[in-house]
Amino acid sequence: MAGVIGSAPPVGASKRTLTSDPATIRAAFPVLGRQVRGRPLVYLDSAASAQMPKVAVDAMVRHQTEGHANVHRGVHTLSYEATEAYDAVREQVRTFFNAPSVNEIVLAHGTTSAINLVARSWGDAHVQRGDEILVPLLEHHSNFVPWQMLAQRTGATLKVAPLLADGALDQDAFERLLTDRTRMVAVAHVSNVLGTQLPIRWIADLAHRRGAVVLVDGAQSAPHFPVDVQALGCDFFVCSGHKLYGPTGVGVLWGRLPLLESMAPYETGGGMIERVTVERTTFVPPPGRFEAGTPPILPVVGLGAAIEWLSSLDRTAVAAHEHTLLTRATERLAELPGLRIVGTAPGKVSVLSFVIDGVHPHDIGTVLDAEGIAIRAGHHCAQPLMHQLGLPGTARASFGAYNTAADVDALVQGVARVRKVFA
Amino acid sequence: MTPDLAELYQSLILDHNRSPRNFRAMEGADGRAEGYNPLCGDEITVWVKRDADRIVDISFQGQGCAISRASASLMTAAVKGKTIAEAERLFSGFHALITGDGPPAPAPELGKLAALAGVAEFPIRVKCASLSWHALHAALQQKDGVVSSE
Repeated sequence: MAGVIGSAPPVGASKRTLTSDPATIRAAFPVLGRQVRGRPLVYLDSAASAQMPKVAVDAMVRHQTEGHANVHRGVHTLSYEATEAYDAVREQVRTFFNAPSVNEIVLAHGTTSAINLVARSWGDAHVQRGDEILVPLLEHHSNFVPWQMLAQRTGATLKVAPLLADGALDQDAFERLLTDRTRMVAVAHVSNVLGTQLPIRWIADLAHRRGAVVLVDGAQSAPHFPVDVQALGCDFFVCSGHKLYGPTGVGVLWGRLPLLESMAPYETGGGMIERVTVERTTFVPPPGRFEAGTPPILPVVGLGAAIEWLSSLDRTAVAAHEHTLLTRATERLAELPGLRIVGTAPGKVSVLSFVIDGVHPHDIGTVLDAEGIAIRAGHHCAQPLMHQLGLPGTARASFGAYNTAADVDALVQGVARVRKVFA
Repeated sequence: MTPDLAELYQSLILDHNRSPRNFRAMEGADGRAEGYNPLCGDEITVWVKRDADRIVDISFQGQGCAISRASASLMTAAVKGKTIAEAERLFSGFHALITGDGPPAPAPELGKLAALAGVAEFPIRVKCASLSWHALHAALQQKDGVVSSE
């Protein structure tokens, strides 16, 4: 029965043949056979939410149908099995990100909730008036607003590191902005707008020499290439399940154990206590300390199945495939007059923002939607960046493991039609 | 182009997007309000000048998609010279039109506003088309501050 609800992760993926064949990968996603507005769906919005493979949907249906029960509570069989399944995913996540200890893996509700947890629990205890928090300008609001709020609560200063014209981090400026008062450096691993990959190891080493703690928002990196948190050298790493081919409602917070152990609870209640009396309460150690209340068991089961599926892929080959799509799309789109690619940093990931002279990004999105092509249009929850770029927003196509050259060609044809409509 | 899309981006809409009417700031306005859609970042400012209960002048500025811009432009043309009650009645009829809740054939009094009927096939764009009207409503009420679409 434990196998039914997705426990016992086959972490020995290397023993199996790893897949990178696009047809096989596509076949795992029934939604890709769907029609939208009478046209076959062309899904180019994986950076917002990647689709889920059927195995992950099935795992969730099975769990909900046959194994729904609360965890860490009951003495009955269903509760035991649910607990086993839940804890097995924690171990899967540890392996997936090469974390040293399973006790460093907090199953949060998503990237946003994970960052808020750190900003509150770590931030309120360690950041004081006169301290500094440093973030690059390209951050998603989820890795910007919690730090701005922390600065406002504590009297600290939020410093924003500028970018170069191609969307890369201005490393000279970053180095100058980092001081002995910097307590936290919070950075995206990959920009959700520009595709820029940030030099995390360099940032972490530099920040650590100043005594700062480094949080990496991996929402946009983990779906594209393997992440080893020990190699990155950061102190916290967060990401979301639904961008990692899993469901919404679950995310990962990895933190170095001494840091997690030094942090007070974020939310309090059931499940995270050691002993409660009328006078006082003591709390369990991490990760349980940060998982108050009934956790998102069903999304966790789905995340486990999604990670298992990802682990069955030859991820190096898939990353190369995504890069080929990015290159093809970049070259073809750049040929269209009046179109400009936003974000051209070397080594960027398959997230492709563009603007067209005289056409608002939402109108690009609507014209493409009428062709069955799903892209994202707007400010991408990165208004400080948009303000700097002088743009109301961009249109953004993002590529996942299941996308093909035909998807790119449909995009290019669709964008050519946008230009015709607004000629 | 699909029929839905051709209906949405018909020539009148594209024309008002390219060359919006009454697109200017206004000195000495009797009412002014801003509309803002935090989801997409569209923002618009509407100014009105009144003579008793009649809108004698109206203008707007801002940035947004073709639908929000064309809708604002068409709105200014439609309500100029109308009484406040007439303008509010147009808003009701227009809102029913773009949400698909109106009669099958647009009411004649809507005039050129009927060009936005295609929005009903793109429910996600209803807020774009109605943002300027919410701002106008606030400007007529003399409410200060920003009207949010949310």
